[in-house]
Amino acid sequence: MKARVTVTLKAGVLDPQGQAIEGSLASLGFGGVKGVRQGKVFDLILDGTDVEAARTQLTGMCEKLLANTVIENYQIEISN
Amino acid sequence: MKAAVIVFPGLNRDRDMIAALTKIGGVAPAVVWHQDADIPDVDLIVIPGGFSYGDYLRCGAIAARSPMMDKVRERAAKGTKVLGVCNGFQILIEAGLLPGALMRNTSLKFVCREVKLEVTNTDNAFTSGYAKGQIIRCPVAHHDGNYFADAETLAALEGDGRVAFRYAAGTNPNGSINNIAGILNAEKNVLGLMPHPENLIETAHGGIDGRALFAALLDKAA
Repeated sequence: MKARVTVTLKAGVLDPQGQAIEGSLASLGFGGVKGVRQGKVFDLILDGTDVEAARTQLTGMCEKLLANTVIENYQIEISN
Repeated sequence: MKAAVIVFPGLNRDRDMIAALTKIGGVAPAVVWHQDADIPDVDLIVIPGGFSYGDYLRCGAIAARSPMMDKVRERAAKGTKVLGVCNGFQILIEAGLLPGALMRNTSLKFVCREVKLEVTNTDNAFTSGYAKGQIIRCPVAHHDGNYFADAETLAALEGDGRVAFRYAAGTNPNGSINNIAGILNAEKNVLGLMPHPENLIETAHGGIDGRALFAALLDKAA
């Protein structure tokens, strides 16, 4: 089983890296970009086939390590 | 007064911290490697600065989840004083011993320079050697010192006198909310701060403004 965890900054948390990327895109001539938020992606390979058990485990991983829930949200996608 | 310095792989300010504790306390601290079985019986545990585990994932995140930090958490719960400087502060936050988060500096730059700090509160074991409102000099050297906390946490920190140090007007090097440079836990036996008081303790450093913090902790005259 494969899983992808996406960690993004919560709304309202300042993202200076996203702002710098937005500025760089503008300087490269990409117009119309109204905002950039930078995040992280984790691809995991898991044992077993029980999707719900995997989701529970991944939620634990996000809460305990992969995300800093003070400033970050996470999203879990599981595929076979 | 006995002290221990905890060392994780990738820290690089441990020698400075050991030197400061030895010079001011008159006794060398115990040096505890992160894989050691336990922390000796001490009154003060210090986590120095550096780049534990290469700052992988988030600064301090990996060290914070090590078994050694469970031991630090147990000691802190029993009232042992814990000091975290720079990466040590980031580790204490990631370990949940202090609230909030330390984010990338708003300038996106690594900042290495001297700033001015206001000693915001002095009713604790760490800053009692200073006068409330005193402005001191202190070096900073970090990339991720931009303190952030939600409104509720911030109100608790400010309302309960748990902001120990603030960057003085015009010297905030990282965009920290409320100019926060160092905070205490609710029991006020855990302090984390981004600046490096251990690097301003003798005239050879160009100043001794950091000395009073260690002198108070080690029961010595500044």
